[in-house]
Amino acid sequence: MRTRESAVKAAVDKHGKERKNLLPILQEVKRFKNYLTRGDISDIAAEMNLSSAYVYGVASFYHFLDLEERGQNIIWICKTISCYMKGSKDILQALEEALKIKVGETTSDGKFTLLQTNCIGWCHKGPAMLINDEPYTELTPDKVLDIIDSYYKKL
Amino acid sequence: MAKRKLKRVDLIFSQDCSCKDILTEALKKSREEIIQELIDSGLKGRGGAGFPTGLKWKMAAAEKSNRKYVICNADEGEPGTFKDREILDRVALKVLGGMALCAYVIDAREGFIYLRHEYRFLIPKLEKMMETFHKWMDDFDLDFRVKLFIGSGAYVCGEETSLIESMEGKRGEPRNKPPYPTNQGYLGKPTVVNNVETLVYTMMIMRIGADEFKGMGIEGSSGSKLFSVSGDTHKPGIYEIEMGMTLEDFVKEFGDGDTKAVQVGGASGFCVPRKRFKETTIGFQGGLKGFSLPTGGSMMIFNSSRSMYNVLHNYLEFFEEESCGQCTPCRVGCQQLLKGIEAIKRGEKSYRYLNDLLRLSETMKLTAKCGLGQSVANSFASIVENFREEMIY
Repeated sequence: MRTRESAVKAAVDKHGKERKNLLPILQEVKRFKNYLTRGDISDIAAEMNLSSAYVYGVASFYHFLDLEERGQNIIWICKTISCYMKGSKDILQALEEALKIKVGETTSDGKFTLLQTNCIGWCHKGPAMLINDEPYTELTPDKVLDIIDSYYKKL
Repeated sequence: MAKRKLKRVDLIFSQDCSCKDILTEALKKSREEIIQELIDSGLKGRGGAGFPTGLKWKMAAAEKSNRKYVICNADEGEPGTFKDREILDRVALKVLGGMALCAYVIDAREGFIYLRHEYRFLIPKLEKMMETFHKWMDDFDLDFRVKLFIGSGAYVCGEETSLIESMEGKRGEPRNKPPYPTNQGYLGKPTVVNNVETLVYTMMIMRIGADEFKGMGIEGSSGSKLFSVSGDTHKPGIYEIEMGMTLEDFVKEFGDGDTKAVQVGGASGFCVPRKRFKETTIGFQGGLKGFSLPTGGSMMIFNSSRSMYNVLHNYLEFFEEESCGQCTPCRVGCQQLLKGIEAIKRGEKSYRYLNDLLRLSETMKLTAKCGLGQSVANSFASIVENFREEMIY
């Protein structure tokens, strides 16, 4: 099995050590565990000859470079007003009940983390959410439960 | 200046032309001819800021440098905007074509599409289109390659210098201007950063000519534009419409009969109440009497069941979160505006405190470093001034 250290090395080798490649490297390493650990940050810094404070500073600037432990799948519900007007609150509530967690938390089996995010660009088909990279639109509480089920079947 | 009736246009998504044919014809022209055609067309940046596209290309073309870059800004993050996603999904080759044109004009060999994280699902499709596109480049004997650069979620990176900082492996914090990117952009080299839609229009102008493009719209705001319509409407979606329509016509077409206000230009735009629909025109400022409002295309419609306090609260939460924190007026200002309206709503502060907050937003407009902090006052003042009672009770 691939180790965390080898994931860091592979990402730096693939993109190159110049600072301009930091974002793609962080993105790639993040995919290994779905979030960036402190070890990732210092290893990337060492590989790229940057300070770990600098790398942490960059990583913490971006919403999707998660620095806290996440589940295997991250749900991002749009919290912008247009989705809110179409009932994003009900979607959030349905998810919280189904997954038995609150926003910001991860299910005890580690399968899902539930988060909110700003406009994801589906305002005409709200409420909308992303699960990992995949957008889901025109959600209803029923529909969202089916989507969660489909992920459990996949897992 | 005459206002335009709402008129639908079909340029951006029309399939009746081959991108390759447009490029074949366009690349027969000299660089100067293309620049002149874009300047004559009056095309202004469709991301919202409205800088004349021809002029931007001209400035980058005039720079002497061994390396130049073309960047397509696909970091569409303004609440209520989704047009760039649709363009990249349906007509990505037109975007790439626009990038090739720019590369030819300014003499760049490398280009990037800065795609926001939220649109990662488009990557496989875009990669396929880029493959086709690179074959065309070989056919044209044009030494130009485009790469994808994926964002990681930061609204401020839609601002061109933040975007460049982010591509250089830094926090996406805006730079001081000047120098402008056309002079010192990515890696310090002359760089053109254009919005997705703008690039498509450069191709469309090559196809229909500057005169026909200028024939649409109004003086100072020529051509057409994509509008992302959402909120209380029976037909949300993306519509290409001539510039210069009045908000009254817009609401007649898209409203649900009970429209109380329209937010033009997203959270960083302006809220227009019903009583001003008639006198408000959609277009870049200047060249028009009365109110003319620019927009990156976000049009959110609110009916009378909506609380404008909730709307403003949502926008301020957004700004507070997305402020990069670099300059004090924006970092502290966004927090204080949000706390302030909450305190008034709870009755802890007098309604007169709204005037202090309005002055604060005005200060932010004058002193914030970039467009994010400067434009918070747009939605704040236009909502507070027009719906003052909703802020208090």
